[in-house]
Formats: sequence, C-alpha cells, structure tokens
Amino acid sequence: MIWIFDLIILVFLVITAIISLQVKDLLSAAMILGVYSFLMCLLWSGMGAVDVAFTEAAVGAGVSAVFLISTVLRTSRRSSD
Amino acid sequence: MKILGIITVIITGFLLLQAERDFPDWGDAASPASDNRLSQHYITETINETRVSNMVTAVLADYRGYDTMFETVVIFTAGIAIIGILRVYGPSTKLEHPEPTLDTEKPDLIIETTCRLLIPIIQLFALYVIAHGHYSPGGGFQGGVIFGAAFILLALARDLQTAQKWVPENRVLNLAAIGIFIYAGHGVLSLIFGENFLDYSILTKVLPGDAIDARYHSMLGVEIGVAFTVTAIMFSIYSNLASNGKMEEGI
Amino acid sequence: MELLQSIADSFNYWIYIILMMIGLYALVAKNNLVKKLIGMSIFQTAIILFYVSIGYKDGATIPILYEHQAHHGHHDAGHGDAEDAHHDVEHAVEEAAKEIHAVAEDHADGHDAHADDHDTLVDSHDAHTSSAIHAEDFANPLVHVLMLTAIVVGVATLGVGLAITQKLYGEFGSIEESEIIEQIRTGK
Repeated sequence: MIWIFDLIILVFLVITAIISLQVKDLLSAAMILGVYSFLMCLLWSGMGAVDVAFTEAAVGAGVSAVFLISTVLRTSRRSSD
Repeated sequence: MKILGIITVIITGFLLLQAERDFPDWGDAASPASDNRLSQHYITETINETRVSNMVTAVLADYRGYDTMFETVVIFTAGIAIIGILRVYGPSTKLEHPEPTLDTEKPDLIIETTCRLLIPIIQLFALYVIAHGHYSPGGGFQGGVIFGAAFILLALARDLQTAQKWVPENRVLNLAAIGIFIYAGHGVLSLIFGENFLDYSILTKVLPGDAIDARYHSMLGVEIGVAFTVTAIMFSIYSNLASNGKMEEGI
Repeated sequence: MELLQSIADSFNYWIYIILMMIGLYALVAKNNLVKKLIGMSIFQTAIILFYVSIGYKDGATIPILYEHQAHHGHHDAGHGDAEDAHHDVEHAVEEAAKEIHAVAEDHADGHDAHADDHDTLVDSHDAHTSSAIHAEDFANPLVHVLMLTAIVVGVATLGVGLAITQKLYGEFGSIEESEIIEQIRTGK
C-alpha cells in the first residue's frame, strides 16, 4: 500500500512546485520551496535512498531556505510574476 | 517570453514523454543502472573490502574518492566566488539605492534561551552524524551542513557579530582550506608510500590495523575533511548573503 | 486496483518530467531573478528524483547492511557460492517454519513450551546469520552517492546565484529582469 502514499506525495510535489513559482510574495515562495524539499525527502526515503533523503532534509529544507530568505530580505520581497 | 517558454516546455516535455517508454520498468532490479558489474560489486564486496556497513559512505569516500574530493573543491570554489562577488571591505560609499532597513530590536528572551540550549545539542548531533556515517545514514556532507546550520542559528537568534566572535571570517576560510588539505593529504600520503592517489590500503604504515582497517580509518579522516569544508563554506555563504557582503549586521 | 498501481508506477516518471518542465519554464519565462533560482532548484531536484528512481528495486532495502550480515561477510571471505548459500537459507527457513509449527502444536496441547520457544529463537537467529549478501536485495548505492554530492553542490551554486542577485540589486535597485534590461538599454 506504499504506492498510495507515493501517489499522494507526488501530487503534492507538483502542487507545491507550482505554488512556489506562482505566489507573488517571495518570502512565501521560499517557505513553500522548503515544504517541497521535505516532501521530496519523504519520497526518497520511501525509495530506500536514506542518505540522499537525509542530505535533502538538511540542505534543501534547512540551509537553502535560509539562503533564499536572507536574499529576499536584503533585496525586495515583492515579485511581479 | 512567456509564449516562447511555453513552446519550449511543450516540445521538450513531449520528447521526454516519448522517451519515457524506453525507461526501465519501475523497481526493476535488472535495469541497466543496477544490472552491471560495478553496482553489484559495490553491494556485495564493500563489507569484505572495507568493513563498512553503509555502502554509500564506502563508495563516497573510498571507491569514488576522486569524485568526492573535487565535489568538495567545487563547494570551496563556490564559497570563494561568493566572497569575490559580494564582499565589501571598509565603509562603502558607492550605493545608489538605500539598503532595505531591517528593524533590529533586542533579541527575544525565549528565542535566545532556546537557542542557547539547542545549539550544543545540534553540534553534538552533527559530530555524531559525521562519526557514525559508517553504520548509519550520514557522513561528512550531512554532518557538515548540520554543524554549519548550528552557527547559522546562532547568527539568526542573536546577531551576526555574536556568531562572528566564535567563527571569525579568516578562521572560517582557513577551516575550509584545512578540510581540503586533510582530504588531499590522504591522497598525497598514499602517493608518497608508493601507491596510487587516494589508495588508502597502503596507509597501514601510519595507521593501526591491517589494510582493511586502514581503509576504514582513512574513510573517517576523509569525511572529517569534507565536514570541515562544508561547515565553513555554509557559514561563509550565509554571513555574506545575510549582511550583503559587509559582515556588519545580519538579518 | 491493479490498473491504478500500474499507473502509479509510470506516474513516477511522469512526475519527474512534469517537475522538470515546471523548472524549465520558470528558468525561461519568469521575470524575477529569485523565481528563476527557485525554478533552477526544482529542475535539480527533478533530475535527482529521476536518478534515485532508476536506482530503486522492488522489494529491496536501504543500502546499509544489518549487523549479522556484516558479521557474515566479514568472517566468510569465500563468498563465491552464492547459490549454495541461498539454498542454505531456504533450508534453514523451512526448518524454522517446522519448529514454529511444532511449538504452536505444543501450545495447543497445553504443554510447557518455553524451552522449545527458546530453541526456535536461536534457530531463526542462525538462519539469519547464514544469509549471504545478494545484489538484488539492496537499492543501488552508486546513484545515491552521485546524487548526494549533487545536492550539496546544488546549494553552493544556489548561493552563487543569490549573491549575483544581491549584487545586481545593489547596482540597479531591482531584481526584475525586464527592469534591469531596460536600465541597461537606456544607458542609465
């Protein structure tokens, strides 16, 4: 029954990817990209790639979100598209 | 530009969906990626040749040592590039556009206390991840990122100056260089003893145990080198991005 | 249900293509530089998803050995007879199953089955220790290694991109591509 779990995560991945690109507030976009990374991490740990999932949880959801947020706060927060 | 983008995406996506039929079946153990001598050798022989349970760590630090070494160099180069792009020394006068003002209130008591309690635990966990990478998921990259994240948390909770007291800029860069030095040192040492670059089994001459033990121990040494570089570069990138290259006040 | 599962299987590849196209569209068509970098991140993770997918095997576990397997591999360097070892495992499992059956009967009879229970446990432990390492039981570690380094390098390149974005903001006061191009064109 693990494939149902997979299916739900895959659908949510596409939804979060589209939302993070469509939202006008860049701070929200960075946070939603963090959610996307965590979903990706769940999917990979389900596939048996625990090392990759661990790295993604530390890097994608943690550090890269912080980098994006610090840039957004140092530049402008609004996006035209 | 939007129409151009949509056309590009539709054409590329259509071609890739056509190619999808030739992909191996989902979860097929006989797919070309898995059904070759190299992958099977990594799975079955790692434990005999290196005594490491986690195959990923063994392949990362031993079998594909060159690859990992130059990935580390790439990270180091990226850190140097960011310093080259952003870092401003001295008071900057040429700024047409005023910097966005950030309200810098006194840090909250709860946040400060929580971070004070949390940071040692995060650092301990990072050390565990680095050292226990032979038996569980983990290793130099993950541990290094977590260790760097501990310093980033300190800079976020207090301010960049407090974090800079613990890890000043020049010390950070020295640390990054030391990490690569440790990694390359293992390779050069094996060269000196008359073996190939990064062939750890010859290091029995300086490490305890037999040739397998030497590979086991030098893998840990290499992971520590990677962790040094990744920790330093992660914090360096953060402090440059957060202070716009001035290293005065963070976000 | 079967049909749905077969869709779910190739669905994984479709999603990788869809995510990659979302990232590509953002790289080409988005006006905001930070949005472009987010698109680049999505593109990277889509590629990594593809690599991890082809390393996955049905019924395989994570590429870390259990302790007893590690012990076995360490003590028994003669691993050439994989066939024999496999046969041994089957044999041992059969025996264990028989013993469990016997224990169950004992229970039904109301006898004291404690000693037998203990024996069964020891036997099943033996069955485990005699298991050899088979390549199809573990996910492919090679793709995991390649992707692990790719993720960390990916965040470093994201940092470089963000640094360039900040520098452009300091120069032009905007992170919108069209405005920057406009300023360059008018020679301001």
